[in-house]
Amino acid sequence: MATDTEVLVLGGGSTGCGIARDLAMRGLEVTLVERGNLTDGTTGRMHGLLHSGGRYAVSDRASATECIEENEILREIAGHCVEETGGLFVQRPEDSDDYFREKLEGCRDCGIPARVLSGREAREVEPYLAEDVKRAIEVPDGAVDPFRLCVANALDAETHGARIETHAEVVDLLRDGDDVYGVEVRHESGPGKRIHDAAGTTEEITAEYVVNATGAWAGQIGAMADLEIEVRPSKGVMTIMNVRQVDTVINRCRPKGDADIVVPHETTAILGTTDEEVADPDDFPEDQWEVDGMIDTLSELVPILEEARTIRSFWGVRPLYEPPGTGTQDPTDITRDFFLLDHAERDGVSGISSIVGGKFTTYRAMAEEISDHVCEKLGVRASCATAEEPLPGSEDIATLEAGMDDFGLRSPVARRSKQRLGSRASEVLETDAANPVICQCEGVTRAEIRDAIDQSGSDLNAVRIRTRASMGNCQGGFCCQNMANELHPEYDEATVRASLDELFQERWKGQRHALWGEQLSQAMLNYALHATTMNRDRDPANEPTAIDFADFDGGA
Amino acid sequence: MAIEDDVLVIGGGLAGATAALAAADAAPDARVRLVTYKQSTLRHASGLIDILGYAPGAPEEGPLVDPFDALEDLPQGHPYERVGSEAVREALAFFDETVGDAYAGDHTDANALVPTHGGTVKPTARYPVAAADGLASDDRDALLVGFETLPDFEAPLAAAHLEAAGAPFSARGVTVPFPGIVRDDAKVTRYAHLLDHDESVATGAGETGAREALATTISERLEGESRVGFPAILGDERADAVRADLADALGVDVFEVPMGPPSLPGMRLEDLLYGALEERGVRVTSGVPVIDFETAEADAVAADGGSGDDRIDRVVVDRNGTEVPHRADQYVLATGGLVGKGVRSERERVFEPIFDCHVPHAEDRYDWFVDDAFGDHPFARFGLAPDRDLRPLDARDDPEFANLRAAGAVLGGYDFAAEKSGAGVSLATGYVAGTRAAEEGE
Repeated sequence: MATDTEVLVLGGGSTGCGIARDLAMRGLEVTLVERGNLTDGTTGRMHGLLHSGGRYAVSDRASATECIEENEILREIAGHCVEETGGLFVQRPEDSDDYFREKLEGCRDCGIPARVLSGREAREVEPYLAEDVKRAIEVPDGAVDPFRLCVANALDAETHGARIETHAEVVDLLRDGDDVYGVEVRHESGPGKRIHDAAGTTEEITAEYVVNATGAWAGQIGAMADLEIEVRPSKGVMTIMNVRQVDTVINRCRPKGDADIVVPHETTAILGTTDEEVADPDDFPEDQWEVDGMIDTLSELVPILEEARTIRSFWGVRPLYEPPGTGTQDPTDITRDFFLLDHAERDGVSGISSIVGGKFTTYRAMAEEISDHVCEKLGVRASCATAEEPLPGSEDIATLEAGMDDFGLRSPVARRSKQRLGSRASEVLETDAANPVICQCEGVTRAEIRDAIDQSGSDLNAVRIRTRASMGNCQGGFCCQNMANELHPEYDEATVRASLDELFQERWKGQRHALWGEQLSQAMLNYALHATTMNRDRDPANEPTAIDFADFDGGA
Repeated sequence: MAIEDDVLVIGGGLAGATAALAAADAAPDARVRLVTYKQSTLRHASGLIDILGYAPGAPEEGPLVDPFDALEDLPQGHPYERVGSEAVREALAFFDETVGDAYAGDHTDANALVPTHGGTVKPTARYPVAAADGLASDDRDALLVGFETLPDFEAPLAAAHLEAAGAPFSARGVTVPFPGIVRDDAKVTRYAHLLDHDESVATGAGETGAREALATTISERLEGESRVGFPAILGDERADAVRADLADALGVDVFEVPMGPPSLPGMRLEDLLYGALEERGVRVTSGVPVIDFETAEADAVAADGGSGDDRIDRVVVDRNGTEVPHRADQYVLATGGLVGKGVRSERERVFEPIFDCHVPHAEDRYDWFVDDAFGDHPFARFGLAPDRDLRPLDARDDPEFANLRAAGAVLGGYDFAAEKSGAGVSLATGYVAGTRAAEEGE
């Protein structure tokens, strides 16, 4: 039977996009479907830590070794997504000396470069560390932009012929007896790019093989074909600070615990996190105490966090999995390793495998292993090249800085643009047209916004994750409107208005957890600008009743 | 020795300036002083003078045609209810007199609907004359002009939005380069400066004045429209002349569409108010924060826990690190709301930072907001609760101080953004607080 595609990948997170790229590069015909935007599930809701492996060096050495290997590969193939910040495992007076020693030995055994700093040396590296910090282990942790990295994988997959379909929710698995042969998706209404079908329609996509890479949602997908996949979604909160209090990753050097990491990320620092099992990855409480607890606990390491400005908080859901019968009670004890569930072997249902568990830093290695598996199933002999081939934007990154002028931009804006775009900078920024800054906080110009619109259509949240526009201090208060302006005239007024409203509401959602001090003041200003100055809260174009203009002042 | 005044106004926005002007007006012999710290939030504001655009609690009713009709029905505690509707009319008349012919709209009680830079329309009671030809109830067709280098105003989109809002005229938008702007991210004040000084700019036809060059650019695009709207950048100090020159050259009426920050209409209003303050002999000390205060009977305050009889004896301002006491008979607090930092917050509390006046608020900060970005947010109502004399009340409804009044956004109990009432409340409460302070001081 002819199928629509050879391989159908479910899930547009880092794993799904990594698999799509890997298989497409091997010459397979790939289609990827994602319920929302790329990164919408777990990938877009992590703290942006590129693990050195140090975190797992005591508890899980296999993971630690894998992390340092992938860490080194990502620096090579995705330089424009990675900031090599370095990291510290910091010991407070009350933290155990034994554990500190185990951590150091573990790092060395796993091939993770590690060096001990005295408290004074650590404070020279990070002046805001608490006075009583005893000592620290320096490791090559880094910061990574999960949006940029995931999108780069998807773009490269497309370049190699893949179809990437966002806003397409799987509503059913197509199953014929003991064989899964595709899915039915519903194309969502909304402002996003629609490549194949109109919003609200459904489409059956058949495939020779289906890969379920939906992470915390893998169980829900499996249930559509009566497959039991026991993922254990676990939520964690992250709080974004408006500036970088630290320039290296700061980990607390103790066995485990909530609120033990600060990751510098672009213009911000991200505090993380908590670990608590939830029943439904789409519906779980987002509690005030989680935010407060994190600020209070991390202030023990970096005291100025107590007084600092937070701009929003968000929750992510880990796709934890453990093989049946393990019976771990505490989600922090569940392994971060990943598992490939071949449903033919496990459940007697052919045509589909599920990928569960795992972590962002090792997404590429996971994708490689799964792609090997898929190739074996389909009898394809092709080898993986993703560890060597740079991602779009990271080609020739070392020579980029020297060979490129600044495109007529102010230097801080040009620097930020080049960091985001990497080797795509010339292609995007070289323009004779006026190129004003659209987002002041993050230094994003019109050319970059338009490039993102070309990639993703009228969905401004897709533009946001590609450019960081609206993700700074003002959280979109000053730039949402201007981002929306760039959609016109390609998109009509009603579409632009809907896109703007959607972005504005999305930006509001995370800010609700940061509403005190400076950010409450900012929220009031944003509200005033949009409601008072623009009357967007009572926009007559959105109101059911028409205004009788003649009743109002028509001029003297 | 302390500086001595009769009335000391703290805060230099619309409410503070109005309070100082009203005090000087009510008691011409009084010494009135205004101290300000940072730039006022007027430069964030559109420069429109809203009284009441929507009835609180009934947004579904649509914009109010007559704001004064609705004033009688406002809930108890709303600043308008505190001062009474007659005072609102008096304050507006006082404003009209102060700004003279720089503002329009006083020929009718009806609200005007003014196009905004987002392309929608908003109800307002008074508008700068620069915006007068843009009213949405005026049925003449309009051409909107945007500039390639000014991303805040996408004229074709705004035109389409006006039509979606049902405006009774045809609107069309064009985007053009601005003659003489070479930087892609020039500040709006640079545009205004070019036009103010009619600087010489290079065009295809050689060097010419910026006003003429702009008019030439537009005239080629006119298709019979009888009015042309620009983003609000048409000059600062000589805005009237700029607009008149453009209108002459184009042979049509010219108007401005109010913009977001930094807002030239807001800055022009600020200049008007400060000019009036100077005319009336109000002393203005700017760039200094008030950092502390002392009461007349400090011991008595501690003993009785604040009975409402306490008087502020002096406040202390920080002038470049030097603490300078200012003593006055009467004080007006007009330091703004959450935006202006006259009301501040921490994780556990909301407070007024100078006198620590009581700010009613829920204990749990998750009760300060609702989930819809444009929902009915409690934080939008944060501020002081005053008596009918505008004296801030403590938690037991007693005046915090006998000689302190409050005006403008530092007051709570209203959502100026949803109601479109910010300027009106600042005018009315500033006027009443300033007038009463002067009268009581006499």
